[in-house]
Amino acid sequence: MPTLTRQVSRGETGWEETGGKPGLLGYLRTGMMPHLWCPGCGHGIIMGAFLRAFDRLGWDQDETIIVSGIGCSSRVTGYLDFDTLHTTHGRALAFATGVKLANPKLNVIVLAGDGDLAAIGGNHLIHAARRNINITTICFNNNIYGMTSGQFSPVSPTGSWATTTPYGSIDRPFDLCELVRAAGGTYVARGTAYHVRSLTGLIEKALKHKGFSFVEALSQCPTYFGRRNQLHNAVDMLLWQKEHAVNVRAATRMDPEDLRDKILIGELYRSEAPEYTEEYARIREQVRQKAREGDLVQ
Amino acid sequence: MARVNTRTRFIQGNEACTEGALAAGMRFFAGYPITPSTEIAEILAERLPRVGGTFVQMEDEISSMAAVIGASLTGVKAMTATSGPGFSLKQENIGFAAFTEVPCVIVNVQRKGPSTGMPTSPAQGDVMQARWGTHGDHPVIALTPFSVLEAFTLTVEAFNLAEKYRVPVILLMDEVIAHMRERVELPGPEDLEIVDRRKPAVKPGEYYPYDVEEEDGVPPMAVFGEGYRFHVTGLYHDAMGYPATGNPRLADQLIRRLVRKIEGRVEELTMVDEVQTEDAKVVVVAYGSVARSAARAVRLAREEGYRVGLFRPKIIWPFPAPRVRKLAARVEGLIVTEMNMGQVFREVERAVQGMAKVDLVSRVDGELITPVEVLTAIKEVY
Repeated sequence: MPTLTRQVSRGETGWEETGGKPGLLGYLRTGMMPHLWCPGCGHGIIMGAFLRAFDRLGWDQDETIIVSGIGCSSRVTGYLDFDTLHTTHGRALAFATGVKLANPKLNVIVLAGDGDLAAIGGNHLIHAARRNINITTICFNNNIYGMTSGQFSPVSPTGSWATTTPYGSIDRPFDLCELVRAAGGTYVARGTAYHVRSLTGLIEKALKHKGFSFVEALSQCPTYFGRRNQLHNAVDMLLWQKEHAVNVRAATRMDPEDLRDKILIGELYRSEAPEYTEEYARIREQVRQKAREGDLVQ
Repeated sequence: MARVNTRTRFIQGNEACTEGALAAGMRFFAGYPITPSTEIAEILAERLPRVGGTFVQMEDEISSMAAVIGASLTGVKAMTATSGPGFSLKQENIGFAAFTEVPCVIVNVQRKGPSTGMPTSPAQGDVMQARWGTHGDHPVIALTPFSVLEAFTLTVEAFNLAEKYRVPVILLMDEVIAHMRERVELPGPEDLEIVDRRKPAVKPGEYYPYDVEEEDGVPPMAVFGEGYRFHVTGLYHDAMGYPATGNPRLADQLIRRLVRKIEGRVEELTMVDEVQTEDAKVVVVAYGSVARSAARAVRLAREEGYRVGLFRPKIIWPFPAPRVRKLAARVEGLIVTEMNMGQVFREVERAVQGMAKVDLVSRVDGELITPVEVLTAIKEVY
C-alpha cells in the first residue's frame, strides 16, 4: 500500500450524505478537502455552478475529461472526481485539443483563470475558438494573478491596483467575450459568482453547445484584488458584481450612458459553424472512400 | 497501389521516420512547420487520416507538444516533429511528460543553431538540450539514427521505449539524415516487435496511478475515458497522483524513481554499433550523419594498416558510459567527432576517467565533417 499524503476517499464519494444519490458530492474528491482557496474566494461558487450544470445534463462522469492550467482556479481539477489534467501554465486548451481530437467521443472541459487563458495562453484561446472545436471553456476571472500573490492580469481594469501596478494600471483590458467571438467561438456568455443561478444556466447551455463555447465567470478575489482596490471583503465584491452586472437583454432597453460602467452578463453570442472534430472525421471518411474507389494509392 | 506498398523504397530520412512511426502504431501527430523537419508533418497530414489517425497543425510548437501529451493520455501513440528553435519551445511540456510519465515521441531534426542559425544546414548542437533542455532533474531517452533505414528502425524503437518506460523519447536526427535519400528495404510488420504500454490490471477505484513496488518501477497507465478518474499534474504527486508538494520524503522518492527508471537501466538501454574495435588502438566515437564519415575514415585507415575502430551509440541518452569505459580500458585513444563544440566529447571524457586519451574533431560551420578530416585526425593521434 503506497503512502499517501492525504487520506483519499475513493469509492466513498459522499453518496450516503445525499440520500444514496450521486449529488454534487459524488463529483468531488472529498478526501482532497479542505481546498486551497482563500476565505471569500469566488472560485468555489463557480465550481459549484459548473457541477450543478453538469449534473442537470446527466452526462457520464467517466466520459468527461477536465483540463486546467496553472493558477488558483486551475487547482480545481484536483478536487473533481473525473479524469483530470492539471497542465502547464496557459496550455490547458492545447492539451485539451489533443484529448478531444484523439477521442472526440469524450466531453472535454477546460477550467482556467484569466491570466492563464488571456495572457500566457492567449494564443491557444483564439485558435481553439477559430477551430470551433467542441470544448467548453470556463474562465474563472478574478482580474488578478492570485497564486503569485496579486499581479495585474490582461483583464484587470485600467487604473486598478496590483503588486505590479503600484501607481495604478495603464494597461487596457481585454474583453474576453468579444475576443473569443471575434476569433470564431460559437457560444459566448458571461456570468458572475453573485448571479450564480444564471451562471449555472449559462454553463449548462455552453456544455450542450456543439462547437467552441466560452463562459467568462466573474469571480472575486478579496485577498489580492479586493484589498488593493477598495473592495474590502467578499461581500463588498459580490455587491459590486450585483450593482455592475446588467443582463444583456435588459441592456438593450437602457441608455448607453447608463451602461458605461456596467458589465453585460447573459448569453452574448451564439451561432452555428462546422465543428472541428466532425470536419476531421469527414475528411477521414472521404479519404477512405477514395481509397476504396482506388483513387488514392494506399 | 503497389508503388507505395513496396518495401523497397528510395526515400529520405524524414519519410522513413514517418513510416517507422506508422509501423509502430502512431496514430496522432501534432506539429508546427519548421525546416528541416517539415516533410514529416506533410507526409503524416496525408497518411494519418487514411489509417484512421489524426493529424493537426497547431498554432505553435508549445501547443503541438501539449496536444501530443493530451492525445497520449487517451491511449493513442502520439508524436511531434521539430527542429532546434521549436525544440527549445517544447521543453517545458517535455518536462511535464517526463514528470507525469506520459509516453510520447519528439523528433528533433537538428539544424545549425543557436537561434534561427542556418535553417537548412546540419548540426548536432542539441545533444545536451535533449538531455537537459527542461528544468529540473528528469528522465529522458534519445536516439540518433545514422541512415535512412535507421530513421525507420529507431523511430519504431523510440515508440517501444516510450511505451515501455513511460517517458518522452527524443529521436535526435540531423538535417543530413532527414534529407538524404537512400534505397532501403523497410521491415514488414512480421519483422517488428511492437510494444504497447501496460494498462492497469485492477478495477477503477483500486487504481493508484503512480504506485510501484520497485524503486525504479514503471506504473501501469490507465486511459482517459475508461472510468479510472485519475489525476495528472505537473506538481509533485503521491501514488494517487494528487499534489503532495509539502512532503519532502515523497518528493525525494518520486524524483529518484523517475531518474533511476532510465539512468538505472543504462546497461539494458545501451544500443551501440561497434565496428572493428576488438584489436583497435584508436577508436572513433561518432553518431548520426557524422558516423557515416567516421565509418569511411575507419575503413580507409584500416586499408593503410591502422588498427582503428568505430563506436557508434544509437541510444545517446542515457549515455552508454559503462560501454565507453570498457572500451577505454583496452585502447590508447578515442576520437570523438561531432558537429558541435564537444557535447558528447565531454561525456566521453567523463566516462573514460583518464584511462585513455580523448580528442575532439569538431566542425561548426554548417557543413558535414568529411572522411578525410576524420582520417587525418586518426593519423595524428595514432
